Amino acid sequence: MTRAIIEPIDEELPPSFIDGGDEGELLEIALGPHHPSTHGVFRMDVVLDGERVVKLKPVFGYLHRNHEKIAETASYLSSMPYTDRLDYMCSLSNNWAYALAVEKLAGLQVPERAEYIRVITAELTRLQNHAGTIGFLTQEMGASGTPLMYAFREREKILDLFESLTGSRMMCNYMRFGGCRVELPSGWLEQTKKVVEAFPRFLDEYEQLLTGNEIFMARAQGVGVLKKELAINAGVTGPMLRASGVNYDIRKVDKYGIYERFDFRIPLGEHGDVYDRYMIRMLEMRESLKILNQALRDIPPGPIMDSKAKIRGFRPKPGEAYGRIESPKGELGFYLISDGSPNPYRYRVRPPSLINLTVLEDMCCGYNVADTIVIFGTVDIVLGEVDR
Amino acid sequence: MLEKIKSDIEAAVPGCRLEIIPNGSPSGQHSLLVEPTRAMEVAKFLRDNAELRLDYCSNVTGVDWPDTEISEKVKVKTLVDGVEQEIEEVRKRQFPGHLEAVYHLYSMQRKQGPVILRMRTENRTDKIHLPSLTPVWRSAEFQEREIFDLYGIIFDAHPDLRRILMWDEFEDHPMRKDYVEPDDYEYEPTAHEDVLAKAKQHNA
Repeated sequence: MTRAIIEPIDEELPPSFIDGGDEGELLEIALGPHHPSTHGVFRMDVVLDGERVVKLKPVFGYLHRNHEKIAETASYLSSMPYTDRLDYMCSLSNNWAYALAVEKLAGLQVPERAEYIRVITAELTRLQNHAGTIGFLTQEMGASGTPLMYAFREREKILDLFESLTGSRMMCNYMRFGGCRVELPSGWLEQTKKVVEAFPRFLDEYEQLLTGNEIFMARAQGVGVLKKELAINAGVTGPMLRASGVNYDIRKVDKYGIYERFDFRIPLGEHGDVYDRYMIRMLEMRESLKILNQALRDIPPGPIMDSKAKIRGFRPKPGEAYGRIESPKGELGFYLISDGSPNPYRYRVRPPSLINLTVLEDMCCGYNVADTIVIFGTVDIVLGEVDR
Repeated sequence: MLEKIKSDIEAAVPGCRLEIIPNGSPSGQHSLLVEPTRAMEVAKFLRDNAELRLDYCSNVTGVDWPDTEISEKVKVKTLVDGVEQEIEEVRKRQFPGHLEAVYHLYSMQRKQGPVILRMRTENRTDKIHLPSLTPVWRSAEFQEREIFDLYGIIFDAHPDLRRILMWDEFEDHPMRKDYVEPDDYEYEPTAHEDVLAKAKQHNA
């Protein structure tokens, strides 16, 4: 598999196609909130000069339900199923981030086996999220339907695994403070091994379709460039940050859970364009498969819940904690303040999707409208998390 | 470690009042309370200092601490019928509330953190201005807007301070602890308990 050669990026802006008589006349357009490419209800207020984007303001809040306020009126555990609805593509990652923050707040330990199950489920989540993202990206480039369905076919196999483990394909509600909810069903590990073994074949096939594809390269290379310094300053995280060449992965930095035991690498981009963001996701899936193979090999028997963890009457000591994980979209953090009561005094979600949108205007300005759709696709947002 | 950061800031930004806020939970994430008028200088120092290099502001949050009343029992000596006696008296003390902005800072370059900064407003009604740290860390842009929207802290020098999640015409700040939901009662023909309770409240 050879990686396509990326041409050096021309610093000049691409010329606009339409050079009509009304020079300098700007056009304001609201892209969305029901545009098919916006992945939900999301609006971009765009100012256009011909075909070229001059100004872009993201507008959201259509799905706002004040998740944080609701969590402050409920007990700690009853917010767990509600975290599934944040980023509904990666409910198991959300569960883990919330469980991690509460475990930090209350000082709970997680048994060995539960840690392995968490890693396996989180990496499976990453696989299906990235497959879906790339599928939608092809859709936004105009490859209608078929490549997306290839990705969804593979995603479905992973969702079947989630269903047999947690009872639900997307709203998993699986993790608990100090462990996991139920023991793995019999034969689940073997089934997972089969899926993991078959997955590289899909990746090879998909890369054959896209990586060297002329149309794909023309639409992706040199488009939506995000500079390294801006990415850091704007708090961009996840595959988007690493595509800009910043080596920052919370799995390696914080070593939460048991990630230090696994041998895996962090793929880094060079140009920070759409093509790099696509390629990083592809390579990350291969690294996830490496982690999965090691975790499935080493998973020990044992309990899956901390014996000291209390389900009923759970009241952490007064104090605060910030716990964060590397979710497929970036840094997902939960900030909790306890005042000793059964409800959190303050419950805050740090949503990676929202903060990654900070740089949307900087990435889109100077490109055509059609490029905006593609650039927006590589930010990879879920509106359930942006609006909360 | 936080003591060292505190003394470093005091050396770099002379006359800045700082206070370490201890954290009682096992996480041990203590935080640093910064005087709002000097916060900009402190933020710039934390970002540019060669040892710290806190170039990444991960999380920005608001917290609401409403006015609280604490009643204490105090023994007071008074003269009762010419004889000195000790009598227990309940005294009430008012603690003025405030709004708080919390910043979680990390370093991408040196892979360290978090350093937690806090800023407090003077009260919850009219003195609710804080300096915006968006010029230092752009990641605070949307998050400070969110705090403005949900808590009502006004961030001075923010480039684009508008409501972000609620609509522009909305007036209250829903994340405050004393927020009251608007009366959005609608007649329902098949009323059940919750609706009846709401109707009673509405008609009262």
